[in-house]
Amino acid sequence: MSTELDVFVGNTTVLDEDVYQLWLDGHTVSNAVRIRMEAGALQECEANAEVLHSDTMDQFRTFQMCERLLQSPSKVANQLLFQIPPHRQTMLIERYYEFDSVFAREVLGKKLSKGTKKDLDDISSKTGIALKCCRRQFDNFKHVFKVVEELKGPLVENIQRHFLLSDVLARDYAAIVFFANSRFETGKRKLQYLSFQDFAFCAGQLISYWTVGAVNNVMEDLDVDLEKEFLHDLKDLKVLVNDKDMLDQHKSLVCAQLRGKIKVFSEMEASFKNLSRALVNIASKLTHTKDFRDLFIDLVEKFIEPRRSDKWTIGDLRLFLKHYSSSVHTLEAFRHQVIWDRYMGVIKSCILKMYHD
Amino acid sequence: MPGKLKAKIVAGRHLPVMDRASDLTDAFVEVKFGNTTFKTDVYPKSLNPQWNSEWFKFEVDDEDLQDEPLQITVLDHDTYSANDAIGKVYIDIDPLLCSEAATVISGWLPIYDTIHGVCPQANLVCNIKEQSSCGVKFFCTTSIPRCYRAIMVHGFVEELVVNEDPEYQWIDRIRTPRASNEARQRLIFLMSGELQRKIGLKVLEMGGNAVVGYLQCFDLEGESGLVVRAIGTACTLEKISTFPATATYPSNSSPSKDMKDSPQAAPSTLGCRSTHSSPVHSASSRLSQGFSVSVPTLLFAGMGSGGSAGKEAGPLKALLRQQTQSALEQREYPFFTLTAFPPGFLLHVGGVVSARSVKLLDRIHNPDEPETRDAWWEEIRQEIKSHAKALGCHAVVGYSESTSICEEVCILSASGTAAILSSRFMQDGPLDAEHRLFEEVVSPGCGFCHIPYDELNIPFPAQLTYCYCCRHYKVPDVLFTTIDLPTEANVTGKGCLIQARLCRTKKKAQGEGNATAISNLLPFLEYELHTQLMNKLKLRGMNALFGLRIQISVGETMLLGLASATGVYLTALPSPGGIQITGKTPSDITYEQHISNMQKKINDTITKNKELYEINPPEVVEEIIGSPIPEPCQRSRLFRSHSESSDEVSELDLSHGKKDAFVLEIDDTDAVEDIHALLTDFSIPAGFYSCNTEIMPGIQNWTSAIQMFTSVRVFRLNNANLTNQGLNKIFSDLCENLLKSLYFKLRSMVPCCLCHLNFTVAIPEDELIQVRTHLTLLSITDEQLQFNLELNAETSSSNPLSSPKGINPASSVDYSSFADRCSSWIEQLKLKAHTIRRGSVKTSRSTHKASPLPEGRSRSLRSNRSYSGSSVAVVKMTPLSFIPGAKIIRYLGIINMFFIRETTSLREEGGVSGFLHTFIAEVFAMVRAHVAALGGNAVVSYSMKECVFMENPNKNQAQCLINVSGDAVIFVRESELELTSVQPQSATTQTSNCGEGT
Repeated sequence: MSTELDVFVGNTTVLDEDVYQLWLDGHTVSNAVRIRMEAGALQECEANAEVLHSDTMDQFRTFQMCERLLQSPSKVANQLLFQIPPHRQTMLIERYYEFDSVFAREVLGKKLSKGTKKDLDDISSKTGIALKCCRRQFDNFKHVFKVVEELKGPLVENIQRHFLLSDVLARDYAAIVFFANSRFETGKRKLQYLSFQDFAFCAGQLISYWTVGAVNNVMEDLDVDLEKEFLHDLKDLKVLVNDKDMLDQHKSLVCAQLRGKIKVFSEMEASFKNLSRALVNIASKLTHTKDFRDLFIDLVEKFIEPRRSDKWTIGDLRLFLKHYSSSVHTLEAFRHQVIWDRYMGVIKSCILKMYHD
Repeated sequence: MPGKLKAKIVAGRHLPVMDRASDLTDAFVEVKFGNTTFKTDVYPKSLNPQWNSEWFKFEVDDEDLQDEPLQITVLDHDTYSANDAIGKVYIDIDPLLCSEAATVISGWLPIYDTIHGVCPQANLVCNIKEQSSCGVKFFCTTSIPRCYRAIMVHGFVEELVVNEDPEYQWIDRIRTPRASNEARQRLIFLMSGELQRKIGLKVLEMGGNAVVGYLQCFDLEGESGLVVRAIGTACTLEKISTFPATATYPSNSSPSKDMKDSPQAAPSTLGCRSTHSSPVHSASSRLSQGFSVSVPTLLFAGMGSGGSAGKEAGPLKALLRQQTQSALEQREYPFFTLTAFPPGFLLHVGGVVSARSVKLLDRIHNPDEPETRDAWWEEIRQEIKSHAKALGCHAVVGYSESTSICEEVCILSASGTAAILSSRFMQDGPLDAEHRLFEEVVSPGCGFCHIPYDELNIPFPAQLTYCYCCRHYKVPDVLFTTIDLPTEANVTGKGCLIQARLCRTKKKAQGEGNATAISNLLPFLEYELHTQLMNKLKLRGMNALFGLRIQISVGETMLLGLASATGVYLTALPSPGGIQITGKTPSDITYEQHISNMQKKINDTITKNKELYEINPPEVVEEIIGSPIPEPCQRSRLFRSHSESSDEVSELDLSHGKKDAFVLEIDDTDAVEDIHALLTDFSIPAGFYSCNTEIMPGIQNWTSAIQMFTSVRVFRLNNANLTNQGLNKIFSDLCENLLKSLYFKLRSMVPCCLCHLNFTVAIPEDELIQVRTHLTLLSITDEQLQFNLELNAETSSSNPLSSPKGINPASSVDYSSFADRCSSWIEQLKLKAHTIRRGSVKTSRSTHKASPLPEGRSRSLRSNRSYSGSSVAVVKMTPLSFIPGAKIIRYLGIINMFFIRETTSLREEGGVSGFLHTFIAEVFAMVRAHVAALGGNAVVSYSMKECVFMENPNKNQAQCLINVSGDAVIFVRESELELTSVQPQSATTQTSNCGEGT
């Protein structure tokens, strides 16, 4: 005897959140059944394996049917096929778009193209995330990217409006879109220690302060392109290291502030010129696309790693950066205060975020 | 007088891409009614066209208005080739024809295609200008609809129309599947329209204005044609227009407004009529020769012979009875499709009556003269009528008819409950004071249990006792009925679902031989089902069955029988005795041991069940057992396996066992197995209750959370040579597993009750068994919490329990004992609350448990919010006739829809399960959209009557037909009603606005 057909349909669509997660994780039905059994599902209601299998099948089928809708979340609310209470709709959408940060870390900065998609099985075996699940996440990235690419206005809001995601998740997607758009280098070995959350934070900073959309509300194309003018102006900061007087003055100001406050004062004092040059050079190179893509690798190689080898603590680093950037305000000869603040604000928080093992 | 219909097409959204080149669609719409067609302009290059058409006006005959659906076709304009159809919407405009129902249909409706299913939506507005004449309202609900009062109950109406099935016409060979499906859908639409119109006329002739309990069925007879038939109960209804504050009865109370006359205690001088019926009984079969064999079975206990049944009940009959009877006798069939009644209408219940007959189908030669089918049904109805008479009853309530077709063989079945009704609602029943007095003598809590037949002339052996409530009249020891438990009935403990399942093999045969073989099997089948029911009932320590529904399906090589009912312990009836097992060959010691083991198990189970269902009837001194039956029948005997054992009856050793024990004789191995099966019946998990009636006897604390589910399963029996036992086991396991699945799936909602849990079985092909369930889930509050809430809410009220039953002063009789019961009940509640809470914590999802409010309330808050948030209005669907915690304020008309879906890419759509799952979801979506378009927010008395599934996996094809029906309504939550009780009108408009969506 065998079951030929087995369906269970509710007027209000029946959804089990645990099973949804199993489906999202890319498990096969039999796998999911096994996991549920191990989780003790059989203890409930005197269920047996058959019951569990049938329930899992039903749920998986429901999710498959919903998937089409979930790909354009704005339609979920006014479609007629499934009656799902609003809070459950939100849950379905949010979970569908959630991703593993390990996976996102792998894809970050890569072109969201067919080529990358072919590499997904490598990523899958590396991260231990099921290929099916990787595909879903990748397709979501690509889909979000494609939709917001052509939209005007603030990135996070666009994502939220079109995909009805929570603020947190929308920001993560903004980071992904931003990285995919700017193609930052993230794959180098030296950057491996950085997590997705580190990059997402930095992306948030860059989007908030350096992009076109950050300064004026003129709706350009995709507002995640960095403001060209600003990048160009960054060249002017060179004066801080090129002008000997200014450099000395800057140094003495910083030293005056930090004396006795940080453990690595002497190292700092000795290498102030290098420190300052590293930061200013990064700024001045950002106009070139190549160097711009290397922003993070430069930050790590030129600034973070040397500090780490000198055993700076994060507290010392924070104090240094604070006074390093603020004391520039008192340099009377320096006329690029606005640019400086805009640059250093972002760089400071990025470095602090990235300064860990 | 011709009617005018106006329609306007506003917009569409999310249309599919029809032009690959541009990824867009050039859509336009054709609106067709009768032979008139209008077209909108083409709205070029858009997936969200805004047609905003003019008003299309149709002038049509009344007849067409009632028969025809409005047909809306969305097409893609193509300059060079033929326009491609995107899909259709059929709109039944019947609801517009009634003044009190909907006045406009407006909203987003899914566009449906029989091949591609539902995908996009169109918004259209259509309204009717001129009211047409016919004002007969139709209700699927099998009780007096909630916001109406019955002035008169006229009686049975029936009609059937036949036609050739387009699927079997020659033209079907050359047309596309889509064209053929559409032809079929349209024909059925037309036929059901015609049927309603004809029934409407009959109702008007009878002087009624409504049909209640309208049951329409399709018989797909294949080659021989298509039959659409309907039965119903004609009534004159009056709308209850005001909303008195007091009218907020607890949700499940029946509208007891017109029941002022409280029954005085019962000192009737006019003799106690004596008839009683008990419900089990023998299958007496008189098979007529030839192919059309009628198998009359009269249900009830013991081994009665059919012969004695025919006699009229004795001369003791009261005058009143004769008069009511005369009123009824003027009717051709004193049948009522109602299952719940206005208070005071149902006087006595006799027992279940049923009749079946096996027919051979032949082609319907002349669709205009459906006489053959009419004659068949007439035969059966006569049979039912005479069965009812045999039980001393003049009416049949809870009446229904059904068919099962396999190739050319068709089993027609009818069943109902023999009853005596009050003349109060009968047209010509004279209502002089004397009669009134007499009628009201019967106390509502137990009156219906009193036997209607003559004590000295019992149609079957039964054991009578004096009623345990009033002590004045006789009652039977068991009562089987097809109706819902009367709201005023006194019940001890809780009820539960009881099912009997049976599978019998049959030889493959043709024609008359086949029909004869089937009719030979039927009586045994029915008898065994009753035996099973009876045993299971006793095992649960209960004494009555309500909502009994016996279904027999025929296949090429087997017959399936499934009986479902809700068991309860009626306080008025005697406590059921235990079950006693006796062996036939007592020589063997191990055998003896085996038997005593089994006996012990049975006794344990009974005790356990009594606890589970809280059956602890007050101990009553057994005074008089006035059984008129001669000694040996003191015990009702039940034989496992009806072998030719009737002659052994008297030889049974009756020396041991309690007086009223039930004896099971184990005379062969399969009886042993049966008993095993009986004992191994899966017990229901904690926190769940289930019943197949509208409400669960013994539970009052419903919340307003309500959900509806449909489940379909098809099983293939692989090994062809199964024995009866093997088959039985398989079938029984199927049903058990299905139940288990349901409990498992719904485990997060405990405590809850699965109401109206109905199974439908079919044998779609040889070796395939289809089981379909649909049910509604009602959440129960954590009892203690609810209880406290109610206490707080009703501090002013003297009575702490706002249970609709018992407490309702209008209907309760026995106050004294009630108080006691209350206090003990409170104790039980507390206990229960603890256990239940424990159960629910373990299994519940964490998400919405945080709310301090009972689930239902918080949910209702949420759904309110959703009105503003989402653009799709929430439409509830339920097989119940009411919505707990809410008041139905308006009936918008009947929903009766028929869909066909076909696919030629079965695998791609997820196989048979994927295909059917999608289709059912689509059907739900279309029902909801139509209800919302009518301005409603719920469908009550919803049922999926037909779900015919055919597949051909080799060709990657499948086809499915679904027929659903129900009543579209507007409901308002009681909480809202209270708020707006000053201005109920505003509530109405508010809700209907929501319903329309935006």
